Amino acid sequence: MIEKTLKGKPAYWIWLAILGTFIAIGWACYFRQYVFGLGLTGMSRDVSWGLYISQFTFLVGVAAGGLMLVLPYYIHNYKAFGRITILGEFLAISALVMCLMFIMADLGQPLRGLNVIFHPTPQSMLFWDMCVLWGYLLLNVLCGWVILTAERKQVPPPKWIYFFVAISIPFAVSIHTVTAMLYCGLPGRHFWLSAIIAPRFLASAFAAGPSLILLACLVMRKYAHFDAGKEAIQKMTTIIMYAVIINTFFFLLEFFVGYYSEVPGHIHSLEYLFFGLEHDGHVYNNLVPFMWTAALFNFTGLGILAYMKIAKVFDYRLVGTAATLIFLALWADKGLGFVFAGFVPNPLEEVTEYIPTLNELGITLGIWATGFFLLTLLYKIAVGIEHEVEA
Amino acid sequence: MDNKRRKFLKMAGATVLAGIGAPAVVKLTSVPALASGSEQAAAGHGSGHGEEQRTGIRLGMVIDMRKFYGNEELLNQAIAACHAVHNVPEIPGRKSEIKWIWKTGFANAFVAQSQNLRSETVKNSQFPVLCNHCDNPSCVKVCPTKATFVNEKNGIVAMDYHRCIGCRFCMAACPFGARSFNWQDPRPFIKTYNPDFPSRMRGVVEKCNFCAERLALGLEPACVEACQGTGAMVFGDLNDPQSEVRKVLSEEFTIQRNAAAGTRPSVFYIV
Ligand code: SF4
Ligand code: SF4
Ligand code: SF4
Repeated sequence: MIEKTLKGKPAYWIWLAILGTFIAIGWACYFRQYVFGLGLTGMSRDVSWGLYISQFTFLVGVAAGGLMLVLPYYIHNYKAFGRITILGEFLAISALVMCLMFIMADLGQPLRGLNVIFHPTPQSMLFWDMCVLWGYLLLNVLCGWVILTAERKQVPPPKWIYFFVAISIPFAVSIHTVTAMLYCGLPGRHFWLSAIIAPRFLASAFAAGPSLILLACLVMRKYAHFDAGKEAIQKMTTIIMYAVIINTFFFLLEFFVGYYSEVPGHIHSLEYLFFGLEHDGHVYNNLVPFMWTAALFNFTGLGILAYMKIAKVFDYRLVGTAATLIFLALWADKGLGFVFAGFVPNPLEEVTEYIPTLNELGITLGIWATGFFLLTLLYKIAVGIEHEVEA
Repeated sequence: MDNKRRKFLKMAGATVLAGIGAPAVVKLTSVPALASGSEQAAAGHGSGHGEEQRTGIRLGMVIDMRKFYGNEELLNQAIAACHAVHNVPEIPGRKSEIKWIWKTGFANAFVAQSQNLRSETVKNSQFPVLCNHCDNPSCVKVCPTKATFVNEKNGIVAMDYHRCIGCRFCMAACPFGARSFNWQDPRPFIKTYNPDFPSRMRGVVEKCNFCAERLALGLEPACVEACQGTGAMVFGDLNDPQSEVRKVLSEEFTIQRNAAAGTRPSVFYIV
């Protein structure tokens, strides 16, 4: 199957070359960081996690989001998703590879990473996160490969694989739940100390993952003669729409709890994210533009999807715009705001802002590029086999 | 003084070599049974009334702020003493700084206490803050490698710098901001190197260790020693009713930092 990746149109090779360049830059930046230490990032004693961990958190959601395709197809026998469930599984693989790379990039002593296995500590949520992430990755590799091989041979997949497909469903939920538990079980970090974090993570994941798959479908429709089918696309927009509504609702509940109770700890981080936090006569607000843009994107995307449903229109350009806006909004929410704002203010109620450095951005882009590189290859294989079967 | 010192050394020796001469009588500090009578146990709030606390030796500290008011020099000495013996680097700037014990305002040290209309003394004084060697430490709970752990012999929340992977989960989990990370090689920033204590490498977390290495030699913690004779810092076994620190605790009204976080700090303040 690998041979499918070796043939392609110029656009395919140019795309891979661009990603390859970013990957090379990423490695060069990582080398610098490896030699000097994490001091090359914008992280500090007060904001001790930055872009790496926030991207990790967001991408766990993207990986879990593939569930929204797997579940209807395998459990509810929703046939329209037949052609694209494999895209969900392959997206999960790429997203999880990025997650693991982001974790490695974030470790102060990466060579000691295996200590998590040598000294297993079940009371640490990071231990469980490692278990479920690896478990979900292996499950997706297994299921994706076996099902695709069967499709190529035009035989039904072996029965036993459905067992693994079935357990991959609770696994998808668990990866994002356990990732939420990294945050929501910490005393003294009020912004994270909320039981709604895990449900909110899941809701946003079930919008972000399908949005990305939807965008990939639109790109492949244009450039790779791969049509997911209008019904499947429409169904996905419905799923995304409801997931975004639920996520927005959960987020607004956080606002209510903070601003109605007026417990300072519950307000500070929200204040910092949306209005700027005043401290010692200085207003700290470097995330405010991002958060309002995200809010705007979120509601615009939602509006477009709702309009298409109510007016019963269907337009690929509208779908693409809505999916892009929603993906970016959810990225800003979880891939920026959620992690950074948890550290503001610090436990001594001092404020330090976090601004990533160029080197850090280089590594971050490099890892994203690696993920997209892998995703491109995997989707190329999947689409190649589709075409082969059809021919 | 001499007498006091001998008493302390006895305690410290016992602490470290627990099993050889550990005090036989160990009592819980604030379980309702002991706090009975006039005081009602608060239901699950504050410093752990009604909750199970560790038995055995539990080292702790009382910081008597009355001795520090108007005497910031004493505080500076304590900080300098700690940082000198432990090879704590002096890295300029807030971003990468490393500190085991440092000074800060009341509102920063005690974020949960009322901050309005404080006395002038409290408002204008600096308070020492350090790791609280919590009885229920959240840093230990989250560490995925047991690189930070409770030393069962004495209750110290200790660290293994050779096992730490630098994930900084413990920094996110500590509700006191007690932990520092080595964002770069700290060695060039160590002013005078103390060969008796290991320096750290980059990429690991560090914090106050309650001077475990000094206790092993029968010495007091460096910060306590720097305040010798003033009674500004009293150190000892919180679970030993005969200890000096317990005597102070039973005589004075003390508060802990952010007790609401439920970690049961072992450092107490007389404000
Ligand atoms: S103060 Fe922080 S670092 Fe120290 S034991 Fe308590 S939770 Fe851990
Ligand atoms: S940084 Fe080190 S001590 Fe802290 S949680 Fe990670 S491995 Fe444990
Ligand atoms: S107890 Fe020891 S390590 Fe802790 S602050 Fe005092 S001198 Fe430093």
